[in-house]
Parts: sequence; structure tokens; C-alpha cells
Amino acid sequence: MTAARGIKRGVSFYSFQEEYFLRAMTVEDCVAAAARIGALGIEIIPEQSIPGFPVITDEFVEQWFGWMDRYGTTPVATDLFLDTKRYPARWLTHDEQVESVHRDIDVAVKLGARIIRMIINTPPEVMESAAPYAEEKVVRLLLEVHAPFHYTHPWIVQHLEVMYRTGSPALGLMPDMGTYVERFPRVVSERALRDGAKPELVDLIVKTYDDHGDTHALMDIVNYRGGGPVDVGLARQATHYIWTDPRAMLDHMNLIGHIQAKFYEMLPDETEYSIPYDEIVPVLIEGGYDGYLSSEYEGNRHIQDAYPVDSVEQVARQHAMFKRLLGEQA
Amino acid sequence: MFDRYIVCEEGFRIRADGRPGGVVEVRMPYYRGLGLSMVEAVDLVLDGTPVPAERTDFTVHGNTYRFDELPQILDDRWEMGERAQLGFLTDELLGPGEHDIAVSVRLRISYMPVPGGGRDRKRLTLNA
Repeated sequence: MTAARGIKRGVSFYSFQEEYFLRAMTVEDCVAAAARIGALGIEIIPEQSIPGFPVITDEFVEQWFGWMDRYGTTPVATDLFLDTKRYPARWLTHDEQVESVHRDIDVAVKLGARIIRMIINTPPEVMESAAPYAEEKVVRLLLEVHAPFHYTHPWIVQHLEVMYRTGSPALGLMPDMGTYVERFPRVVSERALRDGAKPELVDLIVKTYDDHGDTHALMDIVNYRGGGPVDVGLARQATHYIWTDPRAMLDHMNLIGHIQAKFYEMLPDETEYSIPYDEIVPVLIEGGYDGYLSSEYEGNRHIQDAYPVDSVEQVARQHAMFKRLLGEQA
Repeated sequence: MFDRYIVCEEGFRIRADGRPGGVVEVRMPYYRGLGLSMVEAVDLVLDGTPVPAERTDFTVHGNTYRFDELPQILDDRWEMGERAQLGFLTDELLGPGEHDIAVSVRLRISYMPVPGGGRDRKRLTLNA
């Protein structure tokens, strides 16, 4: 395999949420683990990893760049949130939303990141209003294209309209690979079984999903068949995963600046159970993508009731897979 | 997502101010910290009996709030994985031994159409 040289590898500290939550890993431990894995581009969620947010102290900034030097890593992206429901009785105004994005642009700049993950609930008009400040700060605001959204969904189409009309170099897309769930994650269905779901309803949900059948009415059918809250919850999850053709990314490759490489379960043979990265990575290579594949492990929440979580091992396996698919020397 | 970690196994104790009641340490079932104005409820059921919110208070990193104050708190957060102290008053002094502690957390998450949060229940031992 050739021509994959432009694609770089990184990790979002979202991946280590189990260990960080339980204080089994510090932020520095996350940086060190990334370096050991060879995931040298760092994506951080400031609201997760930096107590006292939105205040980023000079002391933290100094530590942060110290870690980057020491471990040979690079700050690549921050993930922002837009708390439109910050006040109990009213929605955040347009201007307040733009101000919130401006604040998070300043946070990214402090941390040396040039890419910001714009959360999916960000309105297109807020993207448009925030673009000039992002341009001034030389930061890109990349809308996450997250399941169940896809490139022809009206919400994404409205965003694309703003991106193509303004032509702002600061605006773009960050596809989440959770939009390419070809097979229902078994860590999710097995958890439902442990939580008391009815096996025949779990089979129905998984089979409907895996056949890429019509999931719209699954919650209703599960209810008609005597399902309880766990069964209905699993059916709801089946409507929130999607499988679409990864080649749809080729139409927007000029806007794609970062990839959130979501995954649920890396198997010992270094493949992902649900998401066919062997179909996705070639599309990115074909499109000339030269940004990061940034790991986003999200399996912990489904196995933590029964199994030890080893997020570092999971991310390491994903990177072994990336190396193979990118044709990197072992 | 972190429901099973809400109620901390450690730190269950009687109040330090001598009033009847106790303190249970709790964590937020979410993958980031959240501004306190978006923490809608941390409801406690003690030995099967709900404790009214007005008989509880909430402490993060040394700052104590009543629950009717939280909607207005825009400059403080419950950090990810942080052990907050949920203080509560009871009619009688809390006796030593096992207690059934159920905690339900309700969060206002802007990108979610339904309330966020979670619930947990554990049996904790109060040392004499």
C-alpha cells in the first residue's frame, strides 16, 4: 500500500475516560500512554481533563507543553461543548453561543491546538458568526458528523450550506467513525443481556440492525413483544447507530480536517468488531486525507459492570490496525 | 455511563456539625465536568425513605451549596470523577452499621433531548 504517508495517528483522551474518572490515570499518564502507543497527536476535552475550566492557568499550560516536549507528542485538537441550556429557564442567545465558542477558541490556542471539535448541536448560524474569530486565531472549527447524522441529513446540509457559501477556511467537518457501524456492537447487546434483556428481543434487534433493516419502529415492536426498559433501551440504541457508505466522505474531503476514530471493541486480531476500518481507511487514502486518525474508545461503559477495562490496550490494538492499513513499517 | 460509580464506597460518615444526619460522597455519571447550574438534582433515598432536597446540601472542592441555589451557580463546576459531598439531615441520629443508599443524579445536557444523569444504589457501612 502506498500514498498513505499524509495520514497521522493520534488519540483523544476521551478514550481513557474510565481510568481518568477513577483516578487510575492522570492527564500526564494519558500523554505518556499516547506516546507509548505511537499516537502522537493529542486530542483533549478541556472540560474533562482540566479542573477549573474555563480558567486555564499558566501553570497548567507550562505543564502541558512540558509533557508534549518530554513525551514527543503534539497538541492537535480540543473538543468543545455548547451549553445552550446553561440557564434553567431560557436558551442561550445567539450572541452568548458565539461568545462561548470564542472562549473555547482561546482555550484551544492556549493549549496549542489548531483544530476544535464543534459539537453536533452547534447551530449553523453560530458556526458562521464564530468563523471570523477562528480565522483570526488560525484555528479550524470542525463540525462533528456524528451518528445518527450523515452528509445528506438536513442538519448537516444546513451546515454544508454555510461552509460552501462562506468558503471560510476556518470551517469544516470532523467525521466520527461511529457513522460506519456495520455490525451491532456485541459489547452493547451482551451488556443488555446481563442487565436482564430478553434474549429473543436482543436477537431481533441485533439481526434487524445487522441486516441493515428498518430500525425506525424497533422500539415499538420491542414494546409489542413485551420488552421492558432494557429491551427498549437497546432498541433505541439500534436507531442511533448507523451504517452508511464511507465513500460519501469523498464528496467533502476538502472540508474534512480531523477524524474521530470511534470504536467499541478491538479484538485480539487487531480488527474492530463493528466498524470496518479496512473499508474506511482506503477511502481516506484515496481522498488524499492528511489529518489525524484520532482514537475514540467508547467500549468502557458497556463492559465495566463485568470486565476489567483496559483502555490503553484497546487503543494500542487500534493503532496496530492503523499501522497495517496505512502501510507503516511494523 | 458511570452509574455504578456514583455512590462512593468510602467516605460515608456522620455530619461534622453534630446535627443528626450524614455525608455520602458522590460522583457525576458523565464524561466531563459540568457547570453547577446544569446539575438539576442529586436525590437521596436513605434506607428506603426519600430525603427532601431541602434537607440536603452539596459540596464541591470545599464550596457548599443548597440545591435551590444551584440553578444560579454559573462559576463553579462538578468536575469529572470528582467526589462531591452530599450532606443530609435526618430526624434521628444516624446509627452505626449498614445503610441502604440510593442516589439519582439528573443533569441538563444541552445536546440531549432527554434528561441526562443516572442512578446507583449501594449498602454502605457507618462505623461506630
